[in-house]
Amino acid sequence: MALILTEEEVMLRDSAAGLLAEKAGVPQLRALRDAGDELGFSREVWREIAELGWPGIPVPEAYGGLGYGYTGLGLVLEQAGRQLSPTPLQSAVLVGATAINELGTEAQKQALLPAVAAGEILVSLALQEGPHHAPEHTALVATAAADGFTLNGSKCLVLDGLAADHFVVIARTAGAAGETEGLTALLVPAGVPGLTVERRSLVDSRGVAALRFINVAVGADAVMGEAGAAWPGLSRTLDIANVGLASELLGLATRAFELTVAYLKERKQFGKVIGSFQGLQHRAAELFAELELARSIVLQALQAIDANDPDLPKLASAAKAKLCEVAQRATNEGIQMHGGIGMTDEYDIGLYIKRARVVQHCFGDYNYHLDRFARLSGF
Amino acid sequence: MNNLEQFRAETRAWLEENCPLSMREPVSGFEDIYTGGRHPEVAHPDQQVWCERMAQRGWTVPQWPREYGGGGLGKEEAKVLQQEMARINARRPLDSFGISMLGPALLHFGNEEQKLEHLPPIACGEIRWCQGYSEPNAGSDLASLQTRAEDQGDHYIINGQKVWTSYADKADWIFCLVRTDNSGSKHEGISFILFDMASPGVTTRPIRLISGSSPFCETFFDNVKAYKRNLVGEEGKGWTIAKYLLTHEREMISGFGAAPKKSVGESALEILGADASGRLANGILRQTIAQYQLDALAFSATMSRVGDEAKAGQGLGAASSIFKYYGTELNKRRNELNMAVGGEPALGWEGDVYDGGGTSRDWLRSKGNSIEGGTTEVQLNIIAKRVLGLPD
Repeated sequence: MALILTEEEVMLRDSAAGLLAEKAGVPQLRALRDAGDELGFSREVWREIAELGWPGIPVPEAYGGLGYGYTGLGLVLEQAGRQLSPTPLQSAVLVGATAINELGTEAQKQALLPAVAAGEILVSLALQEGPHHAPEHTALVATAAADGFTLNGSKCLVLDGLAADHFVVIARTAGAAGETEGLTALLVPAGVPGLTVERRSLVDSRGVAALRFINVAVGADAVMGEAGAAWPGLSRTLDIANVGLASELLGLATRAFELTVAYLKERKQFGKVIGSFQGLQHRAAELFAELELARSIVLQALQAIDANDPDLPKLASAAKAKLCEVAQRATNEGIQMHGGIGMTDEYDIGLYIKRARVVQHCFGDYNYHLDRFARLSGF
Repeated sequence: MNNLEQFRAETRAWLEENCPLSMREPVSGFEDIYTGGRHPEVAHPDQQVWCERMAQRGWTVPQWPREYGGGGLGKEEAKVLQQEMARINARRPLDSFGISMLGPALLHFGNEEQKLEHLPPIACGEIRWCQGYSEPNAGSDLASLQTRAEDQGDHYIINGQKVWTSYADKADWIFCLVRTDNSGSKHEGISFILFDMASPGVTTRPIRLISGSSPFCETFFDNVKAYKRNLVGEEGKGWTIAKYLLTHEREMISGFGAAPKKSVGESALEILGADASGRLANGILRQTIAQYQLDALAFSATMSRVGDEAKAGQGLGAASSIFKYYGTELNKRRNELNMAVGGEPALGWEGDVYDGGGTSRDWLRSKGNSIEGGTTEVQLNIIAKRVLGLPD
């Protein structure tokens, strides 16, 4: 497949850029943050986004979506990254809709995906438990009960957890920590007795929750797919999630770089614009090269999702690792090259490094994915 | 059957019949590549047979016009020929600076007479060319070159010295940058001229590198006569042609960044072994290799992306400006890793037990990649100024 965008994709990208800049950009993020907004996004803006059909981009047409695929969603997420857009696109579309589609039964897909695609309900993945992404170490227990399962344990880093209507909860029904066998995905509605959802305030001011399950009872129909066999579907969901987050990081890092280059052309010291100094020029040029590499690997990984490429796991880890590295470098260089003003809250560059750090961490950071890339490369 | 399919069928049949079996084996090294010339170096007699047969059809340079010794093929046909040659692993019949560099420049900038005189001998491998660009005091700052060409009516008299002239000791003719005028800015007054290396007053001396013997030479001109009919483009406007050719050269060199068949990580696993979890035993080396392989993968995706964008008519994007810089730096990283992974055998310099010192010599030679054809620093200057628009 050619590594270029189609005309249709370019149009989608441009319309996403326009709407997000106007309705869900840095000023809106600041306003939500300063108001101490619990959800971290505006339901009203989300409805407008839903009217454009974006939540249905990756959802198959058979379930009420656009069936447009992940390359298209990646372009929208890239724009969201550029604008630091506070929306549930990541939690509910990139991860939530994908989890249902990859793990759910036919009945679950039919019941939920049309509403997810319409943006009417939000589904979030509840996976991480400890300080680091380690899905095979899932310890939250689902014990078989009379007509279903009883859940006990806790989850953290549940994206937009306060706004979610349903959770896809990854639980252990068999096996020991560290094993991929015995993991089960369960569909749990918010508000079920015994489940508490607590807001967690993270550095990026977005909506994130921690969940606690105390004897939460769910029916047998909550099981997604087959009990104990969630790993393949979860694994693909995570690959897709990481490629999508890499797209967000691509937009974020590119925008941070643009802000920085613009500042280099404007700021004067020693009687010259600082962008004329070779020490800064070479660092900017190196970063430009890294961003070009980043763009290529993200596009290749997005296309691999839509093409069902067997190399997706390796490409997903490659894209996530590369984008973690490049986004970290772009935001760090961004602050350094802005100088003192880059340390102030008033300037936007600081918001970029904050969001980058959270996205870097979600579903495995640089260290996790570089290790996985090496393993999948045979060493 | 449409025309292209018919062309494919005919090409396949012709190649089957005419490509010697020995020319369907991969080349064993640089010395196994046929470069032609008045005194050709022939590693196998079939090289000349293969070159002659292909040249008769114009297929040593398939897309050049027929009147200049080319095959006159369109893009699609040339692609078919390439695919059909690849199908039977046929080697390229002829590889030379004439084909890769001077030819495209002459097609672009030469007059009709020059094209008719010089292109056919390139196409059939009769004349081998070398490039006279760098001078001892004109490296990164190429435009400050000082080799003088004095106007003598119908010819010039050339005096000066070139350096890093690849294969000057083996080439028949040279395409050379000379100064015809000293009065203006350094970019003006440079001319692009062709002359015979057998002319009186030309001497060459091979250069030995840190990696051992090399194709590079120092080349001296002492009152060498060059005819004006061999001046390409206008007098004093040679810098435009020089830049055009440098772009070509940089594209060739950046290709060194392509990933090798067996990955560094796999070689490392064979030599150093795995830990209990199956990972390469040395975690620090493993990380460095993974970083290299990740960048190599992203770099080759970038080469593909830029190629696809150009094919789709989106032009050569800004991304192409990074190729020379990034490709050569990647190649240096790969060679450093080959040394780290290889250990004692990689340190070998001579002898069969060390494969002639291949690993260490390649490692040392790779250091030149980020210097030749525009240093990494010059490339970064170009990106900063022309792509990012940062001021002087």
